[in-house]
Amino acid sequence: MEALRIESTHKTPRVILDPENGIFEFSGRSIPEDAVSFYSPILDWLDQYAKKPLALTHVRFDLEYFNTSSSKNILEVLKRLESIHASGHEVRVTWYYDEDDEDMEETGQDYQALLNLPIELSVKVQS
Amino acid sequence: MQLNNIIFVYQGEVTADLVSSILQMVENKLEGEGEDRKVKKRVFNVMVECLQNVYHHLDALPPTDPNNPIRDKTALLMIGREEKDYYIITGNHVQNDRIPDLKSRLDRINRASKEELKQLYQEVLTGTGFSEKGTAGLGMIDIARKSGQRLGYDFHPVSDKYSFFSLEARVSRIPEK
Repeated sequence: MEALRIESTHKTPRVILDPENGIFEFSGRSIPEDAVSFYSPILDWLDQYAKKPLALTHVRFDLEYFNTSSSKNILEVLKRLESIHASGHEVRVTWYYDEDDEDMEETGQDYQALLNLPIELSVKVQS
Repeated sequence: MQLNNIIFVYQGEVTADLVSSILQMVENKLEGEGEDRKVKKRVFNVMVECLQNVYHHLDALPPTDPNNPIRDKTALLMIGREEKDYYIITGNHVQNDRIPDLKSRLDRINRASKEELKQLYQEVLTGTGFSEKGTAGLGMIDIARKSGQRLGYDFHPVSDKYSFFSLEARVSRIPEK
């Protein structure tokens, strides 16, 4: 299947879903008014990937900001990953946050609490 | 309510483009003034939620009846900075019959501890809390979590059908250690 690549904008993140190497990435900011239309092609893609996932998928979330309508959609993304993981195809999620960004750290903890999926919280190395 | 040092104030119709422009303008301003990074992020986050909340609310309304003297599709947006806090104020008309529900949500949020807000956020995120549709509930909880202070609000009656609802969120300029 084809990789999905979306370039970032002021309001939406860069998304890379690479099925060859099992490397997924969401980075930047996610603050669109209409998060559903941004995320629905991503969810559709993940539904396809879930039919034949790799034995191991790495997922990197490196978000600077996101709004609450994105947070529901990101939960949907993570639920898709959770079911891939439950089907015996390992999924490792890393949730990056700036050292002083407690809010982003807490959001990562919220998702950890809500899902049966290994989510590692990791402090981003300052550039 | 005494307001000083207004960074931005707007009254009129609220479009998605307008919200984007305001966010960008205020972000540039905070950046330019060298505000603490953590404070800047919080202000920006709270501002996104406040403005988008109003935008979604107004966007969902039917077109204004030309015979209606209340401009129910317009809003007031204001952002300012005081010695200790940034404040973000939004104001819009709401139908009086919506007030009890809004008020009870706001009171519940204001009564909640940090831990209870976290729990409430998770409940609404997964669709088990607040029982009503939409993400507006989640937006307000998120604003309260990031603000760390009580949300100020007021319903000012304007007619037998409408009141002017104002919501004030504050973000401390003093970064926690």
